[in-house]
Amino acid sequence: MRLMLPLNNGTVADVTHAPPWQPTPDELDRFREVQQLAYRGAEEVAGGLEPGITEKETAGRMRTWLQDRGVEDWFHLPFAWFGDRTAFRNFRQPFQFFPTGRRLEEGMPYILDCAPVRDGFTADIGYAGSLGPNAVLDRIVGDLAEHRRLILNQVRDRRPLREIYEAVDRLAARQGFDNRHRAYPFRVIAHQVHRLPPGRGPVVGRFGLRSLRQLARTVRVGMQQGWSPLWADGRFSNHPPTPGLWAVEPHLGLRGVGAKFEELLVVTNDDAFWLDDDLPHVRRWAAPAAHTEVQAVEA
Amino acid sequence: MTRHSHRVRSAGVELAVTDSGIPAGHPDAPTLILVHGYPDNSETWLPVVGRLESRYRVVTYDVRGAGASTAPKGRSGYTLDLLVEDLAAVMDTVSPHRPVHLVGHDWGSIQLWEAVTAEHLTHRIASFTSISGPCLDHVAFWVRRRLRPRLRGLRQLFVQSLRSWYVAAFHLPGAVLFWQIGGAGLVTRALRMADEWPDATAVSPTLASDGAHGINLYRANVLVRGARPRERRTDLPVQLIVPVGDRFVTPALLDDTGLWCTNLWRRDVPGWHWLIRHEPDRVARWISELIDHVEPPDPDPGSDQTATRSPLDRLRVGRELPDRGKVVVVTGAGSGIGRQTSLAFAERGAEIVAADIDADAAARTATLCRDLGAPATHHQVDVGDAEAMEALAKAVERDHGGADIVVNNAGIGMAGPLLDTSTEDWERVLRVNLWGVIHGSRLFGQQMSARGEGGHIVNVASMAAFTPSRSYPAYATSKAAVLMLSECLRAELADASIGVTAICPGVVNTGIVSATRFVGVGDAEQQRRRTVTNRLYARRGFTPEKVADAIVRSVDRNRPVVPVALEAQVMRLVSRLAPRTTRRLARIDPTTRL
Repeated sequence: MRLMLPLNNGTVADVTHAPPWQPTPDELDRFREVQQLAYRGAEEVAGGLEPGITEKETAGRMRTWLQDRGVEDWFHLPFAWFGDRTAFRNFRQPFQFFPTGRRLEEGMPYILDCAPVRDGFTADIGYAGSLGPNAVLDRIVGDLAEHRRLILNQVRDRRPLREIYEAVDRLAARQGFDNRHRAYPFRVIAHQVHRLPPGRGPVVGRFGLRSLRQLARTVRVGMQQGWSPLWADGRFSNHPPTPGLWAVEPHLGLRGVGAKFEELLVVTNDDAFWLDDDLPHVRRWAAPAAHTEVQAVEA
Repeated sequence: MTRHSHRVRSAGVELAVTDSGIPAGHPDAPTLILVHGYPDNSETWLPVVGRLESRYRVVTYDVRGAGASTAPKGRSGYTLDLLVEDLAAVMDTVSPHRPVHLVGHDWGSIQLWEAVTAEHLTHRIASFTSISGPCLDHVAFWVRRRLRPRLRGLRQLFVQSLRSWYVAAFHLPGAVLFWQIGGAGLVTRALRMADEWPDATAVSPTLASDGAHGINLYRANVLVRGARPRERRTDLPVQLIVPVGDRFVTPALLDDTGLWCTNLWRRDVPGWHWLIRHEPDRVARWISELIDHVEPPDPDPGSDQTATRSPLDRLRVGRELPDRGKVVVVTGAGSGIGRQTSLAFAERGAEIVAADIDADAAARTATLCRDLGAPATHHQVDVGDAEAMEALAKAVERDHGGADIVVNNAGIGMAGPLLDTSTEDWERVLRVNLWGVIHGSRLFGQQMSARGEGGHIVNVASMAAFTPSRSYPAYATSKAAVLMLSECLRAELADASIGVTAICPGVVNTGIVSATRFVGVGDAEQQRRRTVTNRLYARRGFTPEKVADAIVRSVDRNRPVVPVALEAQVMRLVSRLAPRTTRRLARIDPTTRL
């Protein structure tokens, strides 16, 4: 059986045996730029958060900030979660993820999540923080570093994605956290990201239709070929890492506090690497070490 | 110790006052005034005084009309205003310049409420411990709040009304005559039969006249205050000691006291109305806890006790976190349900003692509890080891003053046919799952019972306790034993106000499967079954956090047996309504389908 799919440029292609799409080094640079932009936006909006602001207002600020800087389409519109909503407790319906009128208070954790598309290049990022000190949030964010290492090492070892997912679960359990990415649609810890033709498209239920169609096409191709662009713990993910770009988002929770990072992982035929190491959470993990180094030099 | 008596004149009567004097070696000892109730006189305090007078100057007096004090004429001589004047006169005599600590029982407490909420005396009073005697004005408001058609409130009102029958009886014309023609003997006998008065208590020779005069306390005050209550408030430190078995003052009657007091502690304890006669040791300890809280004694130079935790913290009414100051011991706290239970209680402000056989895991739990803002320590303990558990119990008593809540959670899994389960396998699963619970329940139960302030023991059983199956006989047997143990223990400890709960979780996604031995299969097959079962458990997706929340709720409501997760609730129902179905289901062997 052959699988014919319409492409974004209007043509139809036979994709039965098409190898998974892989970005070129130039394309990777463009993806990296958009990811940097998205993280900068999250950091700026996070820096301007004050008590009393709502999730809706925060998501709106992110949207405006990114649109002012050339973003014309979305994988999904910005999300913002405050307080115990960061842990997705009792989230059962997709609309529960949508920004609400919940107001930010002193000490509350928050997560900002946006997936802008500029010139067809997509980023999908997650940024966790708190308004004022929050020991639990700091603990989770700090311990996410181990997950970032674990995921990369196991992808490099070409372990089946399902088993990596389970390894993340085990690590989280050992740390005392629970897996909150299983609250996402299809329980995904990651999904593939593709290059789109430049331009814009409609947004339905906060998701960009062009991106969704692209993802749906990849799902169909993957099903034909025995892999899935949605990385979860089911049998569809019982395959070695597929080459391409993956937006990976381990999301951990402790009681009413949730935190995550989300960034692009580049998987090639025989290797893998994080698209960019110059990101807020990575800098944050490095910060105490850098501090000690400075002290050592001074001593 | 030499007590000396003297007489104090006040508003037309002469009061007989007994003063233990300043204790040797404590020149700055605080002064206490203990006021007795009805139909007692100050002798009722003797056992308590004996336990306090080495540290404090303790003063008691016979209330007007009782004991060796003189009686005013007519009921108008017994109004609360006059009773407060008497107290003020005693305070003027024994401690004119320094505020005193007040302790009242029954009517003694009622009149002290009047003093504590009177503005002109506030600066003379350091603290107030109230035992079985509410403020009459508070009671009047309490009744009004319950006259609304709410089932719970009406029920409380109904129960309290039944128990207050004697108040109505005292307003009848023959009441005084009853005491005079021999009612005292009847009352004594009745109270002894009802266990209210310990047999050893001496009956005061003045009981008949105390009872007859004291009726005027009711007649002069109850209806007046009931008809026109005033909003009486205080910022002074007040401790309520509430015997839960009180036949005259129900614990619910004091539920609204927090509306009137900003500095309130409440201690619900096992016991009856005459707690001060039954438990003088405990009453003396509780009284001194409040005094020491208000006026901290000089630290013992020998100890390095730097903790600022007061034993009263957990009793504070209106505290922001419901379990602040309580000590919660959790076994198997290094993972799964145990860890999440520790975190759930930590979030409610409790002090956590996390015990696990894996010291690192227990330490991690304690760290996370501290992140949540709760004090926490960890211990490496093998629950099956009696000596180790004894050491844990001792450490908890020494370092934390005993446990308020104990969660016996540590457990391991065991699957496979009974015929393939070796003696060693049986010993292993029973040692952890059953002996661990036996040790925890016994040691901490003894400790709580000796402390006499109630508590709660939670034993984590399983839905397997009532769901037989050919595939996990050893595990189910151990858990059924835990369930029965909990039911028996609940009956045994009920009189000590210690609750016991058996939690029966269904399929919960924890590390237990990875710690389960599948008997009768090779290592590779064992590993495969663990992986597959773990995936099933993950798919079910019931988190240990939800079990932890159920445990917290069960402790709050003192529930006996709590199945958690739908499958557990269904199987509990099926096992009771259709045991034949349970037996048929037991024959299915799910491992063949793995």
